[in-house]
Amino acid sequence: MQQENKTSRRDFLKAAPVAAAAGAMALSSCNSDSMKEYLQNNFRTLSKDEIKEIITNLEVKYTKKYGKKFSVSAKPALDKTLFGYALDLSRCIGCRRCEYACVDENNQSRDPQIHWIKVLEMEKDKGIDFAHANIHYNPELVPEEGYFYVPIACQQCKNPPCVKVCPAQATWQERDGIVVIDYDWCIGCRYCMAACPYGARHFNWGEPGIPDEEVNPITHYLGNRPRTKGVVEKCTFCVQRVREGRYPACVEVCPVGSRKFGNLLDPNSEIRYILENKRVLVLKAEQNTQPKFYYYFGV
Amino acid sequence: MRYLLKGHAFLIVALTILMLGAASCRLHGDDEHYLYNTDDIVSTPNDFTEDDALSPPPFSEDIFPCSDCHEGEPTNHEPRKLVDMHEEISEMFDHDKENRWCLDCHNADDRDYLKSASGKLISFEDSYKLCGQCHGDKLRDWKVGVHGKRTGMWNGKKQYYLCVNCHNPHSPHFKSLKPMPPPERQEDIYYKDKD
Repeated sequence: MQQENKTSRRDFLKAAPVAAAAGAMALSSCNSDSMKEYLQNNFRTLSKDEIKEIITNLEVKYTKKYGKKFSVSAKPALDKTLFGYALDLSRCIGCRRCEYACVDENNQSRDPQIHWIKVLEMEKDKGIDFAHANIHYNPELVPEEGYFYVPIACQQCKNPPCVKVCPAQATWQERDGIVVIDYDWCIGCRYCMAACPYGARHFNWGEPGIPDEEVNPITHYLGNRPRTKGVVEKCTFCVQRVREGRYPACVEVCPVGSRKFGNLLDPNSEIRYILENKRVLVLKAEQNTQPKFYYYFGV
Repeated sequence: MRYLLKGHAFLIVALTILMLGAASCRLHGDDEHYLYNTDDIVSTPNDFTEDDALSPPPFSEDIFPCSDCHEGEPTNHEPRKLVDMHEEISEMFDHDKENRWCLDCHNADDRDYLKSASGKLISFEDSYKLCGQCHGDKLRDWKVGVHGKRTGMWNGKKQYYLCVNCHNPHSPHFKSLKPMPPPERQEDIYYKDKD
């Protein structure tokens, strides 16, 4: 039985030139732009000129595709900045405004659906209990009696397991602490998704579907620029906004002001105030991932 | 035996070198991320100052200035439930209602102002000062941007929101909201090939 399926060395060698020729034809049928994109180096090894050229090409490509003026930034980390995030568990009411603001800001696929933020509903009796958390709650009004809510997205770990396992070095931690992905280098193996204890990474199983009029054209190369099928994506603290000094989209939309963001190195920042004055915890501390996403109790 | 010891010694030395090497690699990796020089960091003042943008109070349409209606009207200082005017406020009022009524916060002599417990006039734009008399811990947190919502720049100018932009001053408990739709269930997502 086994013998039947086995290709002999001779057969393989006979077929090899045909396959090579087919491959060459397939490649030559690509236009030179997509060839260039395909053969492009890892973002971290690109020269300034190369980045400039790549970005100009991308802007043209996206502008054509979505019918509106696109900008793709490659702004590097700001000096003396280490981003941190804090979320007030005693205030969050589980309204999911952040979940959808994130989708709009960061060009997540609507169909098939990808949400970077997931809001976990937990029973007050049980405390933080991931095994019995529910993300599909849908009452008429929130918050519901007896429940509290824990929104989770990328925890921007100081010791990120996702970065360690990536066989392509397509994901890494920037100097400002944001863990980013080079979508052109992601091979879609999803090791990082398996390694992440927070379920923060999401895979494009299909070609992302976003209505043209809903696409956000202000993008960052390592953040919210449109992705393709077969790559992993995740929260970047809105790298396209925070490197311009703005707050992430989820911070600005939160109706109860439970989301706080700032520079951990700045002793006067609100994030430092929280770390120094409130009762703070990180999720799954025992994993030693050292999140820069802190949960706290404001009341 | 001596041969064995020699072998072991060699092994131990080799292992030590390897481990040291590995350790120094790790350290170098860490250096890049954690050793920041923060001496000359540009700090952003996070205390509320008069320079920060403050949202306007959320008046109902055509309600302000109050003096338009109240001017010249005699003042009845008797705490009571209002009937002919502002009855909806009287109806919802549950802000320490056993102990207080309208003229404990609204200034009787000039209705375009609020007044503090000591009788000091407070404009509606500065209403946070009135709230802060009792809610001092909230005022403190609000000033440093921890209570309530701020928008704008994390390293620059911020938009502050007055207490009354989120809390109805007459019924301050934060109102429940309808949640946005839950995410699709994993089993309901079909990955259509659109190529």
